[in-house]
Amino acid sequence: MAVALVLVLIVVGSVLFHLLSPWWWTPIASNWAYIDNTIIITFWITGVVFAAVVLFMAYCVFRFRHREGNRAAYEPENKRLESWLTIVTAVGVTALLVPGLFVWSRFVNVPSDATEVEVVGQQWQWSFRLPGRDGKLGTSDTRDVTADNPLGVIPKDPNGQDDVVVEAADLHLPVGKPVKMLLRSIDVLHDFYVPEFRAKMDMIPGSVTYFWFTPTRTGTFQVLCAELCGQGHPMMHGVVMVDTQQDYMAWLGQQQTFAQLSAPKQTGSADETTGQTAALGPEIAARLETVGSR
Amino acid sequence: MVDITPADGIPPAEVAEVELYHPHGWWTKYVFSQDAKVIAVQYSATATAIGLVALVLSWLMRLQLGFPGTFDFITPEAYYQFITMHGMIMVIYLLTALFLGGFGNYLIPLMVGARDMVFPYVNMLSYWIYLLAVLVLVSSFFAPGGPTGAGWTLYPPQAIMSGTPGGQDWGIILMLSSLILFIIGFTMGGLNYVVTVLQGRTRGMTMMRLPLTVWGIFTATVMALLAFPALFVASVMMLLDRVLGTSFFMPAISEMGEQLQHNGGSPILFQHLFWFFGHPEVYIVALPAFGIVSDLISTHARKNIFGYRMMVWAIVGIGALSFVVWAHHMYVSGMHPYFGFFFATTTLIIAIPTAIKVYNWVLTLWRGDIHLTIPMLFALAFIVTFVNGGLTGLFLGNVVVDVPLSDTMFVVAHFHMVMGVAPILVVFGAIYHWYPKVTGRMLDETLGRFHFWVTFLGAYLIFFPMHYLGLMGVPRRYAELTDMTIMTESAHHLNSFISIMAFIVGFAQMVFLFNLIWSIRHGREAGGNPWRATTLEWQTPQTPPAHGNFGKDLPIVYRWAYDYSVPGAKEDFIPQNMPGSFGPSREPA
Repeated sequence: MAVALVLVLIVVGSVLFHLLSPWWWTPIASNWAYIDNTIIITFWITGVVFAAVVLFMAYCVFRFRHREGNRAAYEPENKRLESWLTIVTAVGVTALLVPGLFVWSRFVNVPSDATEVEVVGQQWQWSFRLPGRDGKLGTSDTRDVTADNPLGVIPKDPNGQDDVVVEAADLHLPVGKPVKMLLRSIDVLHDFYVPEFRAKMDMIPGSVTYFWFTPTRTGTFQVLCAELCGQGHPMMHGVVMVDTQQDYMAWLGQQQTFAQLSAPKQTGSADETTGQTAALGPEIAARLETVGSR
Repeated sequence: MVDITPADGIPPAEVAEVELYHPHGWWTKYVFSQDAKVIAVQYSATATAIGLVALVLSWLMRLQLGFPGTFDFITPEAYYQFITMHGMIMVIYLLTALFLGGFGNYLIPLMVGARDMVFPYVNMLSYWIYLLAVLVLVSSFFAPGGPTGAGWTLYPPQAIMSGTPGGQDWGIILMLSSLILFIIGFTMGGLNYVVTVLQGRTRGMTMMRLPLTVWGIFTATVMALLAFPALFVASVMMLLDRVLGTSFFMPAISEMGEQLQHNGGSPILFQHLFWFFGHPEVYIVALPAFGIVSDLISTHARKNIFGYRMMVWAIVGIGALSFVVWAHHMYVSGMHPYFGFFFATTTLIIAIPTAIKVYNWVLTLWRGDIHLTIPMLFALAFIVTFVNGGLTGLFLGNVVVDVPLSDTMFVVAHFHMVMGVAPILVVFGAIYHWYPKVTGRMLDETLGRFHFWVTFLGAYLIFFPMHYLGLMGVPRRYAELTDMTIMTESAHHLNSFISIMAFIVGFAQMVFLFNLIWSIRHGREAGGNPWRATTLEWQTPQTPPAHGNFGKDLPIVYRWAYDYSVPGAKEDFIPQNMPGSFGPSREPA
């Protein structure tokens, strides 16, 4: 009796917890509301199954508990019932899988107008690289990583010279424009994860991985590393700011290119360098704009 | 549906019995014993001892998560060492060793009607190598730099680099060496279990008359023999990378401004090898639990297991399918995204045979005569937690749903519910069930009920809310949850609550241990068959069974393992070795 009651309370309690507890996902800031919807479908189907199985158990425990003189029924098999249950389960599983795979195909097929942004992880910080006026990221190699070339951009590749390098600082993205995040690491596995964007992907030294999304609202979002990367892992936070187009352009105008960063230091004072960047920035931004609208 | 008389369907003995090795003294009887039952107790005791270490480690990590910044000695390095050792111990050195080495050794020969395992000497070696593996693992706590903190998945490159505790010290070397030893030891035991089930069954014990416990352990062992080699080669290769500087898993790396002498290796290759082992490993733990819980439910509900043949095929089907789902652990690993379509499909297909098993357990309760004994309580609790954890698997297995949830506390909650709590509840139920056979005495009922309620409800309260932290986006493997903009104040309070529950549930395990030790001398006398069960281990002439298990003659099996409440029979159970004239056998033909 008590056991049956506890089983019922587990179902009721779990459902109430789900509905009433304050712990839920963060407000979404990307186009991946599809993923949230798939999770909602999954909660419904699995919730119904959980409640049905446990309540059925509770009923059995109550109804068929041992009393003096009771004797169990003898029924080794029931082919009809077993077939029906198998079919119903298969239908339920299909109802989960089909929307899931449908959304996955959207997730892995990057729209052609997505702008590329490179994220580079290292113990324990985030850096970023944006294509310059040529719209192309230069190639990179971990063996070219030095103090002056922290991302390992291959110096001889002309495509890399105008790349915008954001070392260990915040990334800004324009709202409403799809971006393809190209993910790279120079030491161990990391994982670029912004809970509000719903997307994440590991970064593997020696490979370039990716995911894409469209930021749907402006704001400041925390980047978390989601793949254990050593003892600094929980401190490996970063910031992504989703800006309006104007704010984004202003930010981009203040960034430096790879060529500027790797130019010999003694050729000018810090002030001159900043001046150059300020002059170059809008051109790069304009170029990115045309790339973005292709 | 026909009566089976002793003359019918019982094949003659094919080979003469082999003389058992008889111990000559205390050492060969209790220490270097070749009796599977002694080896089983040795395996179980060692696994329990190392499991206590894992329990303490879980307390330490919950101290940090529940009350961050309060305990100075839990540095990030220490925290990662705690989680790594906790995970590895629980999965490999406790659950695998206990289900296969412990329950497998005790139950296989008794249940199939054999005098012992077919290779008793190799069986003994298996335990001693396992013990050595455990000692090597424990030694890493005392080695310079401490144990490895690479996470139980040991992903390279970080596992062998200086940013990870033990990466450039002894920790990772001892961990890999211990795994290699474990696999060698396990292979010796595993071959024994398989051959004993295939070749050591007594007359009349056909494969389709085996209790589901044996089917579960047998299938899990076959899987382990196929899966562990992948971990073996991965461990050897990583050891070579670490010690000799090879580059199996190590690409070119710039570590803290310095170029390492590695080039061309593939970190993701390790993940494929690891999970080719790691996913079957989940079922290596789950299938014995499935088998055992089927027998617990059937015995204590006094009713045949519903759909026995379907249950057997579901076990075999799950075992086979579990070898083609491994990369669902790697949806966000950066492998080719098209793999996601394949692995999500196979993963969700595996839900079908798994669901069938759940239906058949609850349908066994339907119209039963349910005795709410402690083993039955644990079996019911298993169904609740297993259904809960299995259903959250449908979130994580469905590739796109996994993307936001992967590497969060949702995953931690899921796998603890489904392969931590659920199988361990079966372990407890099984111990309360078979302890009378092992010792001749019952475990204390009052302490047992206290242990059950605190463990079941406490564990549910730990892991059910934890899913919602993951849904919020809280990552797993974070030694510090400070400065997290996504975490509300109440989420931190929830973490404190989970930690307090963890201490309470841990405390209840001390009560259980006390019960285990106290009842050896003070428990109520059990008699030979206290649960009035049908299977052969309850029909031994002595309790505890003597060396050789059965008396002068081996039992002859006339019926399946589930003749409970047979209509027309006087008793509500008919032992497997009872000839047909004592009541009809209705086993499915």
